[in-house]
Amino acid sequence: MSTVFGIPVPVILGQLTLGLVNGSFYALLSLGLAVIFGLMGVVNFAHGAFYTLGAFAALLGLQYLGINYWLALLLAPLAVGLLGVLVERLLLRHLYGLDALYGLLLTFGLALIVEGSLHQVFGASGQSYPVPDALAGALNLHFMFLPLYRAWVILASVLVCFGTWFVIERTRLGATLRAATENAPLLQAFGVNVPLLVAATYGGGVALAALAGVLASPVVLVNSHMGNELVIVVFAVVVIGGMGSILGSIVSGLVLGLIEGLTKVIYPEASNIVVFVIMALVLILRPAGLFGRE
Amino acid sequence: MTVSRWMSVLGTVFIAAGPCVAHAAGEPVVIGDIDDMSGVYADVEGAGGVEAINMAIADFGGTVLGRKITVLSADHQNKPDIGASKFREWADQQGLNLLLGGSNTGVNIAMSKVAAAKKVPFIVIGAGGASLTNEDCTAYSVHYVYDTTALANGTATAIISAGGKTWFYLTADYAFGTQLQSAASKVVETHGGKNLGAVRVPLGAADFSSFLLQAQSSGAQVLGLANAGTDFSNSLKAANEFGITRTMKPAALLAFLTDIHSLGLKTAQGLYLTTGFYWDLNGETRAFAKRFFAKMNREPTMDHAGAYSATLTYLKAVKAAGTTDSDKVMAQLKKDKINDMFAKGGYIRADGAMIHEMYVMQVKAPQESKYPWDYYKLIRKMSGEDAFGPITGLCPLAPK
Repeated sequence: MSTVFGIPVPVILGQLTLGLVNGSFYALLSLGLAVIFGLMGVVNFAHGAFYTLGAFAALLGLQYLGINYWLALLLAPLAVGLLGVLVERLLLRHLYGLDALYGLLLTFGLALIVEGSLHQVFGASGQSYPVPDALAGALNLHFMFLPLYRAWVILASVLVCFGTWFVIERTRLGATLRAATENAPLLQAFGVNVPLLVAATYGGGVALAALAGVLASPVVLVNSHMGNELVIVVFAVVVIGGMGSILGSIVSGLVLGLIEGLTKVIYPEASNIVVFVIMALVLILRPAGLFGRE
Repeated sequence: MTVSRWMSVLGTVFIAAGPCVAHAAGEPVVIGDIDDMSGVYADVEGAGGVEAINMAIADFGGTVLGRKITVLSADHQNKPDIGASKFREWADQQGLNLLLGGSNTGVNIAMSKVAAAKKVPFIVIGAGGASLTNEDCTAYSVHYVYDTTALANGTATAIISAGGKTWFYLTADYAFGTQLQSAASKVVETHGGKNLGAVRVPLGAADFSSFLLQAQSSGAQVLGLANAGTDFSNSLKAANEFGITRTMKPAALLAFLTDIHSLGLKTAQGLYLTTGFYWDLNGETRAFAKRFFAKMNREPTMDHAGAYSATLTYLKAVKAAGTTDSDKVMAQLKKDKINDMFAKGGYIRADGAMIHEMYVMQVKAPQESKYPWDYYKLIRKMSGEDAFGPITGLCPLAPK
């Protein structure tokens, strides 16, 4: 069997594939953060809480309303996105003239309230969400068996990520959104409803987090803590990609997933800090991030 | 602000007046509980543990030696410094008579140092690390419900006798995980099995599949899960998803009833595990469980039952000794046999280990489960001596 650094090639290929799965989650989550920061200048610390809410929406929808997985993929992000719109209209809106720190504090407080409430109602140990029947099998990749569901996660995430990138960078709607960040009063003078646009942007970013939550729910136990560990890694991913850079967040999400996967074979104990080591290096060498503009 | 200032004033008065004030008749007997109330282990004991303590106090009659019994509880957030400083604060300012330690071995090791310094009896309920009665033992510590040695003796022995000779471990990378892995490794070696390796996984990892793939490529027959709580559940869930459970037999070195409830029987069926208590063992356990269920809307874990039993045991010792003086109560505790719904003929050894029967269980298949929470079937009862093993000599209080 051929080896690289004394590790068999099939093992490395297996870990890279899994890294891609995890990277897909990072990309999807950091994308939402990047959209919200890039277009609104808000550091959304509640992102992990919205991810958790997405998973709970899917779980409760299934348990109480019989909403299946495929419908949940659509309805849960929609519901959580609408909640995001409410948060923006009722709370965040008042902080726009102020330092970015206020938005950070507000969303951090929101995250604590959401996670605390979920803990109070559902406890800490979590519940299982079944893998949908259509995705229950496994693919034989010869170097490993990849559960069909994980392959679906990669596919779904890549499609959504590049779809979002396309909308923001290549369509008229995206151009209007970007114009709103550049010069809101001027855009308003052209008759565009800027406040509505901003609220929709926040709702959209939050919906992406909820979508990631629905995608994750068959893979991990759905509990009130599932978002708070992940969100810190995702913030590091966004910093590495360049705060607010859409493409940067997608690419660095996927690449960091791969690097983390390799670390898990070479030195597993370091797998939870490797992303932060890279973040520190990037901040020293290129403070605006890999894809960021100074 | 004013309240905490008043507290510190009161605390100063207590210190100035010395222990005679704190022990005067009319002063309440204070029992504290420091546990993970909001994190990953909160369901294993947490708020249910406080409820169990209150049930024990009510069953005892609410008073001891004519003094009222009060309960304090705090969240250690899985941080050793928070647990230790809360314990010190209560010992200095609240006249604490007994502390019950909840989950997390790391936090409990830190709190045992405070127990020794402040001379306050300290009964560990939720933490598993056997070092608490070995190199980290103190004259005031008791380890009540289970420890890593007993878990390994129960589960590892059962799996080896069922034919699982070669082992690979998925180990939580902190005190509890490494102690559990080394205890299981010893049992495997003693029974002629082989340890093929281990991967140390950071606590609270988001994804376990990479580590599981490494376990699979080791070619071992048994996947030893030396982790707990959400980490245990998520790793078993992923092992199922990746088909690893078809080639390797998973061994739950520590699993609580709440974990099995979260996973569901479809995923957890066939799993061997070791526990100090099961709600559906006999009439007495069912009676306790029924009362607990009425309050908490779930069946009790071994930690809930242990918190109840430990509180009763302490109160009985105080009554028998006729004082809350720490040294006299500790002597009484180590003299009495423990007989209640949790333990039969249990006793506290010189090193602080509470020696009692442990149960090796197997998780039922979905079709075997007849009613809600009907999850385990009993495979084997282990005597306390078999479960906790002989005194190792590592604790200076208990030479070999």
